[in-house]
Amino acid sequence: MSRATATDLVYLIAIIGFILALKGLSSPKRARLGNLAGAASAVLAVAWTFSRPEVYGTTRNLVLIIVAMIIGTIVGVPAARTVKMTAMPQMVAIFNGVGGGAAALVSLTEFIALPGKAIAVYKICEVLFGVLVGAVSFSGSAIAFAKLQELMTGRPITYPAQQPINAVLGLTILALLVATVVTANTALLVIVLLLSLILGVVFVLPIGGADVPVLISLLNSFTGLAVAASGFTLDSPLLIVAGTLVGASGMLLTRMMSQAMGRSLPNILFSAFGSVITATGGEAGDESRPVRAGTADDIGVLLAYARKVAIVPGYGLAVAQAQHTARELAEALAARGVEVYYAIHPVAGRMPGHMNVLLAEANVPYDQLKEMDEANPEMPTTDVALVVGANDTVNPAANNTPGSPIYGMPIVHADQAQNIVFLKRSMRPGFAGIDNELLYDPKTIMLFGDAKDSLTKLVAAVKAA
Amino acid sequence: MTAVTFGPGLMWLITIFVLAAFVGYEVISKVPSILHTPLMSGSNAIHGIILVGTMLVLGAAHGPAQLTLGFLAVVLATLNMVGGFVVTDRMLEMFKAKPGTPKRDGEESGAAQ
Repeated sequence: MSRATATDLVYLIAIIGFILALKGLSSPKRARLGNLAGAASAVLAVAWTFSRPEVYGTTRNLVLIIVAMIIGTIVGVPAARTVKMTAMPQMVAIFNGVGGGAAALVSLTEFIALPGKAIAVYKICEVLFGVLVGAVSFSGSAIAFAKLQELMTGRPITYPAQQPINAVLGLTILALLVATVVTANTALLVIVLLLSLILGVVFVLPIGGADVPVLISLLNSFTGLAVAASGFTLDSPLLIVAGTLVGASGMLLTRMMSQAMGRSLPNILFSAFGSVITATGGEAGDESRPVRAGTADDIGVLLAYARKVAIVPGYGLAVAQAQHTARELAEALAARGVEVYYAIHPVAGRMPGHMNVLLAEANVPYDQLKEMDEANPEMPTTDVALVVGANDTVNPAANNTPGSPIYGMPIVHADQAQNIVFLKRSMRPGFAGIDNELLYDPKTIMLFGDAKDSLTKLVAAVKAA
Repeated sequence: MTAVTFGPGLMWLITIFVLAAFVGYEVISKVPSILHTPLMSGSNAIHGIILVGTMLVLGAAHGPAQLTLGFLAVVLATLNMVGGFVVTDRMLEMFKAKPGTPKRDGEESGAAQ
């Protein structure tokens, strides 16, 4: 068997591994195995690539490759191992962005390396697609990271003449694409790269923080397509198949994620345009309206003598690292014969499924975790809904205020419980930046403070009651 | 400018591309919402295979511009692949067997925090 055939064969095995990985990842039982299959395939493909003359031919370049891989590993592995579970979404955004950047650089570098005059048009088109989509994914992911890391506001960012400016940018890029195809000029391609980076930024700015996870999924799909484009440029079926697999499954996943939020994808991407966001100002919420604040002891008694308590966790619980304390409270209540369950909104936390991961980490028993659809019918017979650090996911505005940015999103119906207790730092609005009527409901008691401190106090109060 | 002639292999590559698109779409059918995040993260790691492309490009690079861009590309692609798989594994090790499915003991989360 010739070396080239052997290479193709090894890459084919890797391709099969990737397909099995995706299949495994979509079922709870085989998810971890699936991921390992993907990793093994990737390692196999990369290791075999070292045996190709293109790679080991020039010693200097080989050394550079190894050094670069070591740097990437030294930075990537500790970051991935130590990142807090709450910061997972940002981490995925970063890893996705650098992948897009790498794809754009591959296309660009390959273009520079091609002989100047005799480049076929389709070759230039492949390069342009890789550069454009890879760069959009890179800068878009960077902004998504900044939004989730709260380096910038999570609110949709709009500015005057946003749509005309975007249109001009889009048309300019289009004109440059055509010009690059005609002239095969490297300088033009570099300008396309820079403008694509700007395009990624303006694409993501108007998207609200709560929708960013769906956006990351979309950008993930984009990076897949950019990788496929690089595959065309390099004549590599491996890259084409792996990139296209991710591109296609990522599109489907993006649709499923937006459905879980009760939104359509265009609505998520473009709803900030032309609509006036009805959010009230940032820090104080609606300062003049009365709210009922309680003490930990009052609420502890309320909980201890309830029959059924629903814990509705949100991102605030995760930030305060309070999932373990929440479990302690649930155990203290269960010890008194109170029926306790967790009502999990599909997008509680910052990503679909994020809250399940966090609670599983705290060893909360699975039978106490109820998905939103399962929990909602129980709400009217629930004595106390204890909302810990959640806000938008219980906001009735999603049902009854058509102008609201979250209108149409399914919510946990904490408002139907007999009593509602909010553990919250302040009256500040949630991630989506909108006020929550439920905070002013006569059935609602507020317990202000850090989620973990408040829960610790509640555990003590329940035990004393 | 040369006329639009497809290289001999191009039609094959397009065929592969189209078939892969269908496979990608069909292979994940119904994903429960708790797996949306791990699936996104895992597929994110898979496109880290661009590392193979960056290795080929840097291996064949000439001159400072290509070397610099290629080097940067290999670093970024390694980050994508290695970080992606590790972070996905950490997410998935949090999932324990649900009651009703066979219990696999000793699967306590090792990387808590």
